[in-house]
Amino acid sequence: MAAFDSNVENVEDIMPEDMEAINKETFKDRLASYRRTPGSFLVMLLVVIAAGITAAALIFLVGYILVNGVPYLSASLFSWTYTSDNVSLMPALINTVIMAFMSLLMAVPFGIGAAIYLVEYASKGNKLVKVVRITAETLTGIPSIVYGLFGMLFFVTALHWRYSILSGACTLAIMVLPVILRTTEEALLAVPDSFREGSFGLGAGKLRTIFRIILPSAVPGILSGIILSTGRIVGETAALIYTAGTVAAIPSDVFSSGRTLAVHMYVLSNEGLHVNEAYATAVVLLVLVIAINALSSFLAKKVQKS
Amino acid sequence: MDTTKIMIEDLDLYYGQFHALKDMSLKINKNEITAFIGPSGCGKSTLLKSLNRMNDLVEGCKITGKVTLDDEDIYRNMDVNLLRKRVGMVFQKPNPFPMSVYDNVAYGPRTHGIRSKAKLDAIVEDALRKAAIWDELKDRMKKSALGLSGGQQQRLCIARALAVQPEVLLMDEPTSALDPISTTKIEELAMELKEEYTIVMVTHNMQQATRISDKTVFFLLGEIIEAGKTDELFSMPQDKRTEDYITGRFG
Amino acid sequence: MAKYKEKAMEYVFLATACISILAVALICFFLFANGVPAMKEIGFADFLLGVEWRPSNDVYGIFPMILGSIYVTAGAIVIGVPIGLLTAVFMARYCPAKLYKIFKPGIELLAGIPSVVYGFFGMVVIVPFIRQNVGGNGSSIMAASVLLGLMILPTVISQSEASIRAVPESYYEGSLALGATHERSVFCSILPAAKSGIFAGIILGIGRAIGETMAVIMVAGNQARMPQGILQGVRTLTANIVIEMGYAQGLHREALIATGVVLFVFILIINLSFSIVKMRGERT
Repeated sequence: MAAFDSNVENVEDIMPEDMEAINKETFKDRLASYRRTPGSFLVMLLVVIAAGITAAALIFLVGYILVNGVPYLSASLFSWTYTSDNVSLMPALINTVIMAFMSLLMAVPFGIGAAIYLVEYASKGNKLVKVVRITAETLTGIPSIVYGLFGMLFFVTALHWRYSILSGACTLAIMVLPVILRTTEEALLAVPDSFREGSFGLGAGKLRTIFRIILPSAVPGILSGIILSTGRIVGETAALIYTAGTVAAIPSDVFSSGRTLAVHMYVLSNEGLHVNEAYATAVVLLVLVIAINALSSFLAKKVQKS
Repeated sequence: MDTTKIMIEDLDLYYGQFHALKDMSLKINKNEITAFIGPSGCGKSTLLKSLNRMNDLVEGCKITGKVTLDDEDIYRNMDVNLLRKRVGMVFQKPNPFPMSVYDNVAYGPRTHGIRSKAKLDAIVEDALRKAAIWDELKDRMKKSALGLSGGQQQRLCIARALAVQPEVLLMDEPTSALDPISTTKIEELAMELKEEYTIVMVTHNMQQATRISDKTVFFLLGEIIEAGKTDELFSMPQDKRTEDYITGRFG
Repeated sequence: MAKYKEKAMEYVFLATACISILAVALICFFLFANGVPAMKEIGFADFLLGVEWRPSNDVYGIFPMILGSIYVTAGAIVIGVPIGLLTAVFMARYCPAKLYKIFKPGIELLAGIPSVVYGFFGMVVIVPFIRQNVGGNGSSIMAASVLLGLMILPTVISQSEASIRAVPESYYEGSLALGATHERSVFCSILPAAKSGIFAGIILGIGRAIGETMAVIMVAGNQARMPQGILQGVRTLTANIVIEMGYAQGLHREALIATGVVLFVFILIINLSFSIVKMRGERT
């Protein structure tokens, strides 16, 4: 229907500039309408106030920490070794990187493998799939202190790994496993079936199809899940205190204890001796987590668009 | 006696760059059924929605011109909620709220401040009777409205619209989602309701227009091509395009 | 050969899928195996309903902590749910598109802030504020409730917003066409239709609040006694574990693990009700 191609060139089709639209509800109209329905006006006020409180809380929290912390971001805070004078966060920062790396090294293969099984192999209505889903959901809901307790009982005590980076990393690996599983599953489901059919049609086997066709197109989604997990690892405290311990030094091997930045932050604020440094540490932690989460949601949005 | 209920003068409507309604003028009479016919996308539903200002919800929608209801300008100096109370609407797809039958019908009166249980009971019964569905539903007032059949849901929606005591009832292809038996029921209902209300009905179905409407308006590509008494319009169309449409040559 | 590889890899994937089952089994086993014997030794009733926690005398009653967790969580719900729900309504039904582009990432940011940072904020802002303006020494049920209320906001908001957006637009239009205001249409026709999703969000928030540890420790005062008032300090189940685990030995240590078991059971119940509510919502 030709006439439906909105023909912009045609002067007739554009609203004349000098004409005022009559269906514009002005602010005055709305106020007049609210005068007739004071209940609605009240509700509208409450909604706006609530949103205002949420926004104000966020701005105040982030702003307060930044304003109080940024001036104390000194060079000594980033010196290589921790002393009770400089309360350097450098060792903790390095431990955080090591911890994230190790946890992901364990969680990512398992999470992706499990997601591949659920999406590509398991038949619909499979009992096992149901159980995996339920357990993964259970894992999502378990609070970090329970993970910490379990890590202490299993890795630290039963396996005799002591308070160590390894114990902590294993505990966190279990904690982020459901995150990676779920995001990977979603990414795999988003790969159109035509890709699979195309690959099978060329005589490729299932494995080849998965590794050459499906996984590559799911990479951004999987990556966003991995980065999201990194954010959780960086921010985690309760699961680490009794698994990785609180030693403020870079560990010599995986069986030594080491505190991450979040644990460092907790110890520092609990001691209450270095308040300014605690603010500065909070700034570093906050900025780190914000940057990681922003990256993750940026990737997730990219996936949605394509 | 002046029989005009709604007067549309020089109405233009734009969706962004798209000129959806072009310079429309139309008179709609009291206690009559006016049918809007035309191929899809011709603007009939859009004009209908302009009569109770539901188009205000559409982003980028701009309207110029004038629409009056009993000589009152509905776009200026009229509270939009009061307008919608006076000009009720029944949608293409039945859209009962996910509540009980009773609460669905009582929703409107409650909205307009009626709290007394006895009053509400009376209004609900009256509305359901007028919508010819009282006998079917009187024993399931507390049941969810979502459990009703499509035809029952649509008549419930009509009852819901009637419960706020409107003057005009806009019906946007109210039978397009229904089976023939339900359709007949709704048509009979519309014929009865015009005694009390002014009805404007958009329909895809020309037989429906000939069966029930007093006036018919034919739309094409955002313009009103022809408007007149239904029997005249169908037997002696003045415009070639109307004739082509009603004889099934396009659309 | 290739066929063997295909089959072998399928089993590898299967094995990885079973990891989460194994993890839940291990967690349950280790917690219960270490915690339940202690409960038996102390006596289930004495442990769960005992109002005194004095490890030095081998008296282990966690009722004060159970109450503490419940009070603090209830406080968080009272503060977080109304604000969160109304904010969700704002985002789904009021917010202009331009503002939404800033607001939504803001809520995601709120969700991403680590507990310790929340706790630190509570310590340096909320606690002194209560001490100076309301009374008590600041570290209190009230401080913990306010902080947790803030922390569950993103959970409540995003769940509620999603379920409000999932409601068909026809409900809203149907209500408007009856002459209802925007507010009435949103609150009386959309919200009732979204209630199961909103409810699920609240349950999720309860789970977060009851399981939260570090932030609560930093603002709640942590006195192991029966809660005495909204301005008095309180100890939650989570706090009990973290505070004493560092030096606990023998039965004391096992009693702390048993505290974890109680918390774990609470969480399992909450998760279960979440799934039930969600399933019901999907069915209708």
